[in-house]
Formats: sequence, C-alpha cells, structure tokens
Amino acid sequence: MARKATTSRRLLMTFLAYAFALMLFFPILWMVITSFKSEADAIALPPKFLFFHWTLANYIDVQARNNYWRFAFNSVTLSFGSTVLGLLVGIPAAYAFAFAPTKNTKQILLWMLSTKMMPAVGVLVPIYLLLLQFHLLDTFTGLIIILFLSNLPIMIWMLYTYFKEIPHEILEASRMDGASRWKEIVYVLSPMAVPGIASTVLLNIILSWNETFWSLNVTNIHAAPLTAFIASYSSPEGLFWAKLSAASTLAVAPIVLLGWFSQRQLVRGLTFGAVK
Amino acid sequence: MGKINLLGVRKTFAEVVVIPSVDLEIPDGSFVVFVGPSGCGKSTLLRLIAGLEDLSAGHVLIDNQDVTDFAPAQRGLSMVFQSYALYPHMSVASNIGFGLKMAGVPKAEIDKKVAYAANMLNLTEYLTRRPGQLSGGQRQRVAIGRAIVREPKAFLFDEPLSNLDAALRVQMRLEITRLHQSLKTTMIYVTHDQVEAMTMADMIVVLNRGNIEQAGAPMELYESPKNLFVAKFIGSPTMNIIEGERAQKYGAPTIGIRPEHIKISRETGDWPVRVSIVERLGSDTFLYVEAEGMGQLTVRAEGDLGAKPGDQLFLTPDIGRLHRFNPKGEAIRT
Amino acid sequence: MATKQTQSAARLLAAPSIGLLLLWMIVPLALTIYDSTLNYTLQGNPVHKFIGWTNYYYFITDPAFLTSIWNTLVLVGSVLVISVVGGTGMALLLDQPIFGQGVARVMAISPFFIMATVAALVWKNLFMQPVFGLFAWIAHLFGVPPIDWFTNDPMIAVIIIVAWQWLPFATLILLTALQSLDLEQKDAAQMDGAPPLSYFWYLVLPHLARPATVVILIETIFLLGIFAEIFVTTGGGPGLATTNLTFLVFRSALRDFDVGGAAAGGIIAVVLANVVSIFLTRLVGKNLEG
Repeated sequence: MARKATTSRRLLMTFLAYAFALMLFFPILWMVITSFKSEADAIALPPKFLFFHWTLANYIDVQARNNYWRFAFNSVTLSFGSTVLGLLVGIPAAYAFAFAPTKNTKQILLWMLSTKMMPAVGVLVPIYLLLLQFHLLDTFTGLIIILFLSNLPIMIWMLYTYFKEIPHEILEASRMDGASRWKEIVYVLSPMAVPGIASTVLLNIILSWNETFWSLNVTNIHAAPLTAFIASYSSPEGLFWAKLSAASTLAVAPIVLLGWFSQRQLVRGLTFGAVK
Repeated sequence: MGKINLLGVRKTFAEVVVIPSVDLEIPDGSFVVFVGPSGCGKSTLLRLIAGLEDLSAGHVLIDNQDVTDFAPAQRGLSMVFQSYALYPHMSVASNIGFGLKMAGVPKAEIDKKVAYAANMLNLTEYLTRRPGQLSGGQRQRVAIGRAIVREPKAFLFDEPLSNLDAALRVQMRLEITRLHQSLKTTMIYVTHDQVEAMTMADMIVVLNRGNIEQAGAPMELYESPKNLFVAKFIGSPTMNIIEGERAQKYGAPTIGIRPEHIKISRETGDWPVRVSIVERLGSDTFLYVEAEGMGQLTVRAEGDLGAKPGDQLFLTPDIGRLHRFNPKGEAIRT
Repeated sequence: MATKQTQSAARLLAAPSIGLLLLWMIVPLALTIYDSTLNYTLQGNPVHKFIGWTNYYYFITDPAFLTSIWNTLVLVGSVLVISVVGGTGMALLLDQPIFGQGVARVMAISPFFIMATVAALVWKNLFMQPVFGLFAWIAHLFGVPPIDWFTNDPMIAVIIIVAWQWLPFATLILLTALQSLDLEQKDAAQMDGAPPLSYFWYLVLPHLARPATVVILIETIFLLGIFAEIFVTTGGGPGLATTNLTFLVFRSALRDFDVGGAAAGGIIAVVLANVVSIFLTRLVGKNLEG
C-alpha cells in the first residue's frame, strides 16, 4: 500500500510537475512553433504564440538549400554502423567482465571509462592526419570507427552492469547442455539481456547522432551527418529564425521521436549499476 | 553406465580450503545424497564433478576415465539447478531440447525425445509455454526434463527442491525417486535436508567442512552414526545428547538417545522431567521436557499422551539403542 | 568462481575491446606528444624543428591558460550542481502520484535528445537575443532592462544552455532509482511514524547517493569536453570569458594554426582530465562495489 494521496495534494503535485516539465520542454516547443512562422512573425514583439499564419515555407526553403534526406541518411548510417560494431565488440567483453571477473576487472572497466575522458580536441590533429593518410577523411568508415571507439567504454559499462544481474546458473546450465562460449552468448545471454542491450543501443544511437566535434572536423560533404547540416546555420543566417528553427526541428526530430517511443526501454538499462 | 570416482579431490578458493581431500566411489546406478549444513562444501563437490569448477588437486573419474580436464558438456552429465536455471526466453520444448540442439541432433529426433520426456513428466500440454508461465513444480519438472533428454551417465541435483513449498516438495521427492527407479541412472543429489537424504538415498554422504564424516546406507547412518556430528545431523527431531555425570552412568563421557527410543511413564522411570512444550502432529506427539542435570530433551510419544506443559513425567532410555561417544566425539563400538 | 577454461575464454572475449581501446588511447597520444615537442605551424616553414618543452612553456605561461582552467571548473561545477539538485527535484516530483505521469516525464527528459548545436542555436537566438528574444520580452513585461546575455553574462548563458541539456539525464537516472526504492521500507517508515521530511532525509537521500555519483561521473566525462555550445554561441568570448581548456586548445590548433602548441595544450588537458578521472573513478569504484 502506497501512501494515500488526497486529491488536492495530487492536483498540486500534478500542477508542479507539469509546470517544471513544461519549463524544460518549452525551448523545444518554441523551436517547433517558430519553424512554422514567417520570418516576420518569428521576431514579432510581443511574441506570437499560436495565432499567426502557419506555413511550411521554411521547410521547403531548408530542403531546397541542403538536401535534408541525404544528411539524415548519413546520420542513420553512422549511428547504426557504430552501434553494431560496438555491440559486436562490447557484448563479448561485457560477458567476460560480468561472468568471469578477475581481481583486475574493476580496474580495467574504470580504465576504459577514463579513455572517454581524453579531450577529443587534444588528439584532433594526429587523428585527422591519420585519417588523411588512410584516405578515411569524409568517409563513413572513418567516422564510424571514431564514434564506435569513443562510445565503446560506455557501451561496455552499460552492458556489464546489466549482465551482472543475470543469474550465473542459467549460463552454467547452458554449459552443461554443451553450448560453446559463442553459442552461450548468442542463444542464451543475448536474448535474456534484450532490455539491457536495447537501452545500450538506444543510448549509443543518441550519443552518435548528436556527436558534434568529430563529425564537424573529419567530414565535409560525403559523410556529413545532421550535426553538420545544422552547423551551416550557425551564422550569419542564424538571424533567420524561422528557417533556423525548421532546420533544427528537422535535425532533432528523428532522434527525439526515437527517444520518446523507446523511453521505457532506454530507462531500463540506463542505470549504470546505480540501482540495486 | 555411470560409475564416478573421486580421488584426492581438493578445492581451495584463494587461501580458503573448501574441500581438503575427498575420496569417494559412487557406484553405477546408485542414488547418492550429499548432505550437510550450509557451507560444508557439498555444492562445491557437485560442481567439481560437473566440471563447473576446477579441481585444485586430485582426479574425477567417470566410468574409469579421467575427466578432470574435461569441459562440463564433455562429461556426459546432466544437472538440475537450485533455481532451475531455465532459459526464460525459450518455450518449454526449446528448454528441454536445447542440449540436443547444441549437440547437433536432427530436429525430428529432438522433437521425439522432447515429447517422450514431456510425457514422462506430465508436461505435454505445457510445451509451448514459457517458464515464466509455469508454477514452481512445473518449472522443476522442465529442469528435470532438460536433464533427462540428454541421456546422461549421471544426474546431478543441486538442492532442487528448496524453492518449493512443503507439499510440492514431498510430491517431487516421490517423482524423483520414481524416476530413478525407472531410469536406473546414477544420481547425485545435494541437499541440506536430512529428511530428503533419508527418504531418497541408496547412499548418504554426510559432509562437514569439506570432509566426509560418514558415507553409507541411510539406516546404517541412522543406527550406527560414526560420530556426534552424524548422530546429530541424521534423524528428526535431533538426537538428544547428554554429557557429564548423567552420561557417565551409562559408561561414556557423552551419550545420545533418539527421541523415539525413550519410554515415557507418568509414574516411574530413570529420569524425572517436567514438560515445557507439547507439539501434536496427530500420529505422534513431541514433548520438549526439562530434565534436571541434562537440560532440554525431546521425546516422541505415539498418539496423544494428553500431557500438558508443567506435567511431571518419567523417562527411561532404551539401553540397547543408546549411542556412546568418546571425548573426541567418535562413536564407541561395543 | 569459474574454471580455467572460462577464464581463458573470457580473456579472449575481452581482448578485442581492450586492444582497440589501448590503440585508441596510445596512438593519438603518442603522436600528440611527438607533435608537442615540435615547432609545427600550418603557416610558415614546413620544417618541424624539435624544440623540447618550449610549446609547454608558452602554453602554460599564457595567461589564457589559467583563465581557461578556471572557466572549465566553473562550467563543469555549476552544471553538475544544477543538474544533480534540479534533477533530484524533478525526479521527486515525477515520482509523486500525479495525473499523466508519462507525458510529464517525456517532456522533462526531451532536452537530453537534442544535439548540442541545435540547443545552443535555439537558446542563443530565440531566447537570449537581447532585442527579439523571449527573455528580452519577459524582462520588458516586468519593466526591467533586458539582459544582453552574451555580452554581460556569457558564462551564465553557457551554463544555462548546458545545464538544460544535462538536467534531464540526471532526472532520468534518479527517477529510475527512486522507483526502485523498496515500498516495504516506505510502509515501515510510515508505521514507525516517520514524518515525510525525515523519511526523505534518512531513506530517500541515502538511496540516491549511488545513482548521483554515477550521474556525476558520466556528466563529468562529457562536460570536460564541452565544445559545440561555446563554439556556436560565444566563440570563447568575449575576450576569454567562456574559453574552457578544450576551446583554448581548439583555438591554438585551428585559429592560430599552431599544431605544436595545440598538441602541448592537448597533452596538458589529457593530464588534467586523468587527474579528475582518477579522483572520480575512485569515488565511483567505491560506490559501485559489489
């Protein structure tokens, strides 16, 4: 039995929660609303909240200037590519750390996480030159490798904390049943860990999709994702707020929708072992 | 065939010696129960036989073949785990057939064997369900089914009934015994429950701190325990242990007498006692009594004696069934 | 507890990830260290002369260096405090028995999905622009002069934008933690007659300590490298007001074309990040035992 809530208390709490949630959400809402305004309405004072002439003109302009679909396709390719690589390397590693820990396991995991602390800007020049040398600049391969490696520690950490909750006995049973390591991971562990793997995948897609530093610096035209698409609006066209808003809405829409629809799965694994 | 020999088996975890050295022969087709208090090493011993742990020293032989360095699956054994360890994402049929699938058995043959096992365990109508949709007893049967289809040389059971409620436990106990009678395959069964040990085993192995205290037929352990530990562990309720002056009268520093081997009288007897608690089971009544100079004793009476707390009674032990122990706790044989 | 076979299989399975991350760490690091000892600029002579510690000397004695360290600390510290405290409050609100919890939650966590450049552009223009921005209009409503954020309070502006992005992350993790709080414990506290405040203080807060350290660790990892928000809004200015260490290194490399100097700065950033990481991983390692 949970604490009984009186209706008035419940209403008050609902009001407060929605007030704060709306405060956090408002910039996104405002961006979307602005994207449907004419440029004149966008900078009108006092601001026009709902009663203005709604138009799709900005979206048409944005599409005419840069082919949105191409950038979106690149973002999808990069996110999924780096995530698939991450799973292929990360699941076996997390399996090893979770089910055959040694006294160094914790150290190794923390070390992995610490590689994530290396400031990207510090190693930009050598990585840039390496990519140049291997003809990987502005290619999917180059950026996928970078995104994969920079997110790998987080993926392994998430998978590890999730795998640790799976009872050893079930894996031992499969071992008694004659499953090889690989089959044990493919047939028993992975299906059981679907919620954890799902949230790892989601977080990795979100992080890859929104990664800005590398995607701006090592791509140009061919492999440029939506972060590059939006960067071209940073100045001086930033003054055209309606177009800027339309471009922004387009850039974030796929990932926000994905996040909304999968928030339950995302939350399940997104504890990094913090919830016992 | 399924004869298992343990030769000088030793297991240490880091600095901790869990099993100092165990030698044991488990005959083909026998039902052997490892029993002991928690932490006695019984589960570890089972896992060593299964190959889920490495031996620190010694050898495990199955049918005279040294399998010490074999992977679990290569040993031809099946295991039923305490938590059942069913694969939650697979149907009952896939759970049972998983081992065969891993062994590359053709699908038609897997289906046949699964159907056979399911029939034997009354699981046929549940084959398409997931483990999460089954009751505790049904899950237990799936775990057993998974073990059966592989036609192992021996079954290993790790406290398989401890997650069931009392009534189911009795029922599953019977089913496992029946299974053993029909399959005649070697079974090694780990439990901390001496009732399970007594009722199911051909041979009981009593373990304490990684050592075998005694191994033998159930009645042998009941009637002539080798030492105090076995005497206290086997039998329910526990054997009464009497020390000091009162014991010396019977010619030993420590004596033991089972609750069922004491005569009760309202008028006369060797030990005058006062009743403190009466437990009526219907067929029997257990009396917990205070005896001067002996502390609390337990006595079994047939039927209902009509005794109440505070009553004065007289007890007389059956001298022929008295157990005598030397100062080291070993049984004195006469 | 596992057999030798399991251990060796485990080593094999972990090897690719360890090897790749080792390469990912060592190769760029070694190259950067090498560059940092050269007189290497993208303008001027193509000969890269070995000059030892000179790049480091110039980078550290540049007054911008200390300023950038201070800015980094202020930025990371403020965002951590805002997101953890605000996230706890938001999580507690969402954990109450409210109507339509799902919708409120979706709204509250949405900023986490927004890419940094979009967040920065939207805030910079639609909200913080001193004439047409929404904040200017609100200030006007109250009859106070609007704030020219990026001229007068650039750091606060950047902090607001970054905190807006990370508060939802803290909310998400802390909310999950709150929902895992033992209900029986709640009942027991009620039976014990614990008033709501002491229930919160003695049971809820300690329960949140663990997820809070995780939030701090993960956020710090990302906050130390904050770049896009600054790049888009202030470009590190005015002056050095919003130049953090990352941005200072970036400026040396891509604005001053001084690869050697930037490399030296990068190495210093790596060293400092590792100091922080040692401290943090200790904290988290202790918290995540078991």
